[in-house]
Amino acid sequence: MEPTVVCRKVSKVYRQDSVAVHALVDVDLVIPRQDFLCLYGPSGSGKTTLLNLIGGLDRPTSGEIIVDGQRIDDMESGALAHLRLHRIGFVFQAYNLIPVLTARENVEFVMQLQGVPAAERRRKALEILAEVGLEGLADRRPAELSGGQQQRVAVARAIVSEPALVLADEPTANLDSKTAENLMQLLVHMNREHGVTFVFSTHDRLVMDFSRRLIGLRDGRIVEDRRREAAA
Amino acid sequence: MSSTVRLLAVLAWRNLWRHPGRTGAILFALALGVWSMVSLAGLTRGVLESQLERAIANLTGHVQIHAPGYRDDPVVEHSMPPPGPELRAALATDAVSAWAARVRVPAIVVSERESAAVTLVGIDPAQERGLSFIPDAVVAGRYLESADDAGLLIGRKLAERLETRLGWRVVLMSEGADDELADRGVRIVGVFDAEPEAIETSYVFVGRRAAQQMLRLGERISEIALVAPERNRIQGLLERLRAAAPGLDVRPWTEIEPLLVLTEELSNVVLVIWYLIVFTAMSFGLVNTLLMAVFERTREFGLFQALGMRPQLIVGQVLGESLILIALGLALGNAAATLTLRWLEGGLDLSAFAEGFEMVGYSPVLYPEVAASDVLVANLLVLVLGLIASLYPAWRAARHVPVQALTRT
Repeated sequence: MEPTVVCRKVSKVYRQDSVAVHALVDVDLVIPRQDFLCLYGPSGSGKTTLLNLIGGLDRPTSGEIIVDGQRIDDMESGALAHLRLHRIGFVFQAYNLIPVLTARENVEFVMQLQGVPAAERRRKALEILAEVGLEGLADRRPAELSGGQQQRVAVARAIVSEPALVLADEPTANLDSKTAENLMQLLVHMNREHGVTFVFSTHDRLVMDFSRRLIGLRDGRIVEDRRREAAA
Repeated sequence: MSSTVRLLAVLAWRNLWRHPGRTGAILFALALGVWSMVSLAGLTRGVLESQLERAIANLTGHVQIHAPGYRDDPVVEHSMPPPGPELRAALATDAVSAWAARVRVPAIVVSERESAAVTLVGIDPAQERGLSFIPDAVVAGRYLESADDAGLLIGRKLAERLETRLGWRVVLMSEGADDELADRGVRIVGVFDAEPEAIETSYVFVGRRAAQQMLRLGERISEIALVAPERNRIQGLLERLRAAAPGLDVRPWTEIEPLLVLTEELSNVVLVIWYLIVFTAMSFGLVNTLLMAVFERTREFGLFQALGMRPQLIVGQVLGESLILIALGLALGNAAATLTLRWLEGGLDLSAFAEGFEMVGYSPVLYPEVAASDVLVANLLVLVLGLIASLYPAWRAARHVPVQALTRT
């Protein structure tokens, strides 16, 4: 089966004034379908940069990235937006919900851009909100939800249209340990039940414990790539 | 409505009310601007309209027919025969609301104490109804009874200047058709009031046949004046009149009173300049508000892109916010202007400045006149230019690379 993500010799160099910062150096990585892996490493190791490049939010300085069978490193921005809309889900550390929309509307947002009919959109949104434990909170706006609840809405938004890949940047960073554990169990469930590939970047031991594959990064290079038995 | 358009509309509407104070302030500014545009247009158009109507009623009419040379030298030699059957037929159509044949020559009126140069107008009193001001302007004495009436109608101001009064006699003098002096003693049977006051000192009226007798004109006349149902739709009528009166000088009011046309054109230019000044002030507020909103929501726009929203839709969302603001501003501004103009329907009394107004031919009471074209131009200008001005903030919102926008704090 074709892997979800392939990175070949991917490098990213940022320029800060006249200084070149090598965020990623010749990264080679293959992520098979339904993988549940975690990028870990100290701050500045290149975790978030790699996640952004795989998600098409940024472009590599050199190298090749293939997501869901499509080469994205030189893809035109409209096509990239189309790929993100239909094949990739994002969960951000800061939740990044749309403040003027309710929980249900936030979850419906992507489907609305996809042109899913209103009734189907509403049904799917309410189902997924119930699945993430937010039944009865669908009409609340983000400001009326706790951090954990907001992150669940973000997860629901990321997975509701069943993308091939969900990229989650420090998804538990703002959550207490109990909420974080519940969230990870939910993601494992989604991975198993819906076949979604998950890639996390994290410092959090808990996230690593739940992951079946750990990829260590240091100074923009992969220093470890191992499979393991996950906690759940 | 497609789900994407609905989404953009919802986002635009709700985002506007994230800062009700800011949105309210720019709405107030937009409404104020539109109100000033429409109200000023209404007042300006009212002033122009009253000036035009007054000039037309003050013996101008919509069309005048003269003998060649009369307009350059309006003397008795440049008289013409009364309208023949063909011209009468052209004047009898629905395209003509009223018409009158007049004698109109320079004359001198002499009282016991003073004399004054005037224009002697010989009229058929019945024909002047619905055509000129004089039937309704008599404030003392009586109006003329027939074309044979040899009584004199004199302006109030002229009567004062000549130190004469109703019932007294004055002498009219002019050049007769035989090049000899023509004079006649006449009794003042009516005094009229007119605006501007210059009309009161410029014209005296007698019955047309009485004037023809005095001037030894026979049946000849100086002019035919007429009004049409609409002053700006007389082109066809002019052509028919010219065909029916070959050799005569047939002219529309726009040629008889070119200053009025110039005034109207100048007012249009002034209005457009005013529109642009107001719009420029409004657009600064509008663009500033949108730029602030875009700057505050940079992360959100990055998020939209990360979630797969195309940059064009982000432009659409910002333009949607602008469109809602402009539409609400237009609605409020137009409503306020409508109320204002309705309140002024009975006239804006500027009698305190009456002398100044009369000097330039304006009535001291202004009646606003709303022209649909003025309202349409003001609204379209604000809408179209407002959206064009909003393109910059919209472009700013859409130009970020998603990752840069998302990492912005």
